[in-house]
Amino acid sequence: MEFNTSPYLLKEASVQRVMLKVLLALLPGIAAYVWLFGPAILIHLALTTITALVGEALMLKVRRRPLGLFLPDLSAVVTAWLITLTFPPLVPWWLTVTATLFAIVIAKQLYGGLGQNPFNPAMIAFAVSIVSFPALMSQWPGTDGHFSSQLQVIFGLAPRLDGLTSATPLDAMKTALMLAGDSHSTSVSSILANPEVFGLVAGRGWEWVALAYLLGGVWLIQQRVITWHMPTAFIAGMVVISGALWLWQPATYASPLFHLLSGGSMLGAFFIVTDPVTGATTPRGKLLFAAGIGLLAYLIRVFGGYPDGVAFAVLLFNICVPLIDMYTQPPVFGMKDQ
Amino acid sequence: MLITLSEIKQISLNGVWKQNSSLVQILGMCPLLAITTTLVNGVMLSFATLLVMAFSNFFVACLRNFIPYEIRIPVFILVAAAVVTVIDLGMNAYMHDLYLILGIFIPLIITNCLVLGRIEAFAAKNSPLGSALDGAMMGVGMIWTLGLLGGIREFIGAGTVLGGIELVIPGTSALQILPADYPGFLVAILPPGAFICLGCLVAWKNWVEARAAQRAQLPPPAPVAAGGCH
Repeated sequence: MEFNTSPYLLKEASVQRVMLKVLLALLPGIAAYVWLFGPAILIHLALTTITALVGEALMLKVRRRPLGLFLPDLSAVVTAWLITLTFPPLVPWWLTVTATLFAIVIAKQLYGGLGQNPFNPAMIAFAVSIVSFPALMSQWPGTDGHFSSQLQVIFGLAPRLDGLTSATPLDAMKTALMLAGDSHSTSVSSILANPEVFGLVAGRGWEWVALAYLLGGVWLIQQRVITWHMPTAFIAGMVVISGALWLWQPATYASPLFHLLSGGSMLGAFFIVTDPVTGATTPRGKLLFAAGIGLLAYLIRVFGGYPDGVAFAVLLFNICVPLIDMYTQPPVFGMKDQ
Repeated sequence: MLITLSEIKQISLNGVWKQNSSLVQILGMCPLLAITTTLVNGVMLSFATLLVMAFSNFFVACLRNFIPYEIRIPVFILVAAAVVTVIDLGMNAYMHDLYLILGIFIPLIITNCLVLGRIEAFAAKNSPLGSALDGAMMGVGMIWTLGLLGGIREFIGAGTVLGGIELVIPGTSALQILPADYPGFLVAILPPGAFICLGCLVAWKNWVEARAAQRAQLPPPAPVAAGGCH
């Protein structure tokens, strides 16, 4: 999809170029991931990329749309990579493949392809998988992973040992606080002191992956692929609620920094809520949309039953997008506000 | 008053295919979403609804000339509720295990707007025999749709077909189609799975109609896009 319009001030933007930049911006995060948690993620990346392209090609064929126009736009690859990065890296191969097919075939192509889907396909894949296979979807690896053993687990050749996987830092925090109950026998700071699960401020290893996503995200803003509105509002939304609770009871609520560097916060802020298709489009709408997701993601991950809340928060706010867009439409130039 | 053969054909075709309650009228979504987790559940609830519709249509059609127009809706509901109560007690007595599974959805047949819809649209204006046939055929349409939907959801969600058949026909058992270690794609059994499967079935029916119209060189029929009632 090439656009060539009159001002000729910028290089022509195409879907392919935008998607390529998003993929490039994900590379630092993937590099940190591989460095800290082993190369299992690369196997899933390859599998989901192939699955997404095959699924997209088949659906385009069935819908009689031009393959050459839509397949190289790389949007399916972005979906595949986001699915892989949100899933635990040691899930069996068939789970990421099924989830990717679900995202491409049902969440994207059945709604009419790129530009028509009301829900973020990658988040649909995550939500469907965590609802269908909660046990598999909450086994995250420890930081010491050997490639051959990871490979065997993914392809079902070795049993899924409990020692190989552990809860996410978010889950570890929630479980420890829940076990303590109202007795106040433990506090956030003493839980964070466990060096096996936690690092400097958040999960051991995970904080560096999150910072690498942040790096890629800032580059995307500099490249004008995304605007500052959504990431800033997402972070602000999460900081406001987590900061308020943290200031009120620092022993039972973790700091805003912990939450920003845990789970899917950074990936969500820069790569998921900024999806141009399923997000709000007006400037004020973007702020409202992303802030709402940050707030809701915090509430679901702290008070809900699931390990992280970004996916459900994104899907819930995807439904609100038409309403948000309607009420935040800027006045026509030259007209006063009503 | 007897009915002619062409009327029988017309009513049957309407109920089973052309005006199919789930695929065209999009009525009765509440039991459809909640109950079609297995083929047996879907078919048995549809069968109970078939009996309710056939009998309540028949009774209302018999009484149609004596019901004042202004209070017809409460009267229709009373007649249908009486039939539902009979079915509810009957299933509780003779199919108790299945009754426990279908639970609240048997008495809730009265709130299925398909029942009142057929009484108002058909039985209030037609002969008793034709009305009974209309109710029964709407039920047949519901049986095959909910059975198919239940079968698909059960197959994807659990890898079996005909689970719970032993509650209806003693001595039989469910067919394990996929290997026993199939993990089960749970979302198919949850309500979102019902919506997705139903959407695919509606699309399939629209596609069949469009193709048939193309073959007969008629203008394509308006596809079903939206509608519905709980």
